[in-house]
Amino acid sequence: MTETSERPLVEISGLCKWYGEFSALYDINMNVARGEKVVICGPSGSGKSTLIRCINQLEEHQQGTLLVDGKEVRPGMKGIEQIRRDVGMVFQSFNLFPHMTVLDNLVLGPVRNLGMSRTKARELAMGYLEKVRIAEQAGKYPPQLSGGQQQRVAIARALCMQPKIMLFDEPTSALDPEMIAGVLDVMEALARDGMTMIVVTHEMGFARRVADRVVFMDEGEIVEVATPEEFFTAPKTDRAAQFLSQLLAH
Amino acid sequence: MTRRAPPPAPPRRRLTVVDWLLFALVAAALGYVVWRVNAVLVYNWEWHRVLRFVVRVDAETGQWVANLLLQGLFTTIRLAFWGTILAAIIGLIMGYWRTCNSLALRIISRTYVELIRNIPPLIFIFIFYFFIASQVFPALGLNNINTSSPWVDNAFFRFAFGDPRLFSNFLSGLICLALFEAAYITEIVRAGIQSVKKGQWEAGRAIGLSRFNLLRDIIFPQAIRKILPPLAGQFITLIKDSAIISLISVQELTFLATEVAASTTKVFETWILVGAMYFALCYFFAFVFARLEVRAGRSTNR
Repeated sequence: MTETSERPLVEISGLCKWYGEFSALYDINMNVARGEKVVICGPSGSGKSTLIRCINQLEEHQQGTLLVDGKEVRPGMKGIEQIRRDVGMVFQSFNLFPHMTVLDNLVLGPVRNLGMSRTKARELAMGYLEKVRIAEQAGKYPPQLSGGQQQRVAIARALCMQPKIMLFDEPTSALDPEMIAGVLDVMEALARDGMTMIVVTHEMGFARRVADRVVFMDEGEIVEVATPEEFFTAPKTDRAAQFLSQLLAH
Repeated sequence: MTRRAPPPAPPRRRLTVVDWLLFALVAAALGYVVWRVNAVLVYNWEWHRVLRFVVRVDAETGQWVANLLLQGLFTTIRLAFWGTILAAIIGLIMGYWRTCNSLALRIISRTYVELIRNIPPLIFIFIFYFFIASQVFPALGLNNINTSSPWVDNAFFRFAFGDPRLFSNFLSGLICLALFEAAYITEIVRAGIQSVKKGQWEAGRAIGLSRFNLLRDIIFPQAIRKILPPLAGQFITLIKDSAIISLISVQELTFLATEVAASTTKVFETWILVGAMYFALCYFFAFVFARLEVRAGRSTNR
């Protein structure tokens, strides 16, 4: 029992992915422990999103092994739905279901996948909506909400499946500046509650406050892994230093 | 002027002299046709001889009963109703197959669509009727169903499918029509499914929905809202296309109208009346679909 709980929640070794001839990910080795918060950053096109999308198989890898909670995730495998239920995901463009109310967006997963009753799922959903401070919007449709509100609903929707890990794919990149803080607050609260998180983001303040480790990627490879303190003050590689100087230039 | 003052009234759209001139031209053209028919063709209008074929008084009971043309209209409505349901089911399945990852399913649905879209409907109907309906139906025992069995000889069956003795004939026409129209619905459904954003599929997958639930809860509801207008148009086309079925002796409106026109020799009256019947039917459905669109639009435009 102790053996499984000490085992990393996500184990990635030798992971490779190509789009046609283009090598999108090359020899990725990375473990994420239970309760750990990892921030992935890097220039656009460096494979950050592709990497986390491999974890729940929205993208299929072609080589290497990938384990989530000790279970191997293989491309085209049967029962991938079971693994996805343990892996929450938040997208850059929210991807709420526009034809359902906010509450129905949240209720759908638990009712369809966990066989929960509608009443119970509603209770659960309202709990999470309160957590992301948006309970009063439960009856509205997603297009009626601001971007920041939609993203918080999307976080609540993922949480409703009571996942073991949460993946965030640039959750604040599509938001107006005044909306970003609300979403980051929710993510920080989630981190304090002990959720395991992998966050692709350029929000350096968030990374400093929350991350246990920063993973820097470039051209489909992991270039540097460091604590936020080390990474932001004294990056070891030239590529990371260059990236940080570009990020701080404006 | 104050800020609180009501905004000025928008200018009223009125018909101009040019519009009236246009109306006059159209009226003149119509008038010319009527004049040609009356004065030059010396056509003797006898509407009562055709109207007798809409309803008649039953000699035995003394009650009004539907005559050939009205019976034909009922058969056309039955064809339209069941044809719409059948074509929608086939179109939904085939349209989904068109978007599947499985190569085999894509090949099957693509072949079906291309085959039907590139053969004239008339030819398709002859092929279907003479090769398939005359071979497959007898094998299934559908050609001589027991008309006195309680499954068939009841009020509901008569209401839904018409005369049991004509059922196999009706069924072959129905399947023909549905297969034909479903090819077009397939393409509409495919376009609808493909119009749903990729992010919706991904979000559904990410919460662990099975493929079936993903389609039922996320993809189809959004696709249907987008394709409702072309779908409505295709269903109305189905009603109009049902006239072709008359060529394989399905006793619908056009088939019976041909008989009435031949026996009375009142060609103009018959076809004008039948045209009006089709118009009323199609216009009614167009109205119903327009209402449905407004309702579907309400839930998405909120």
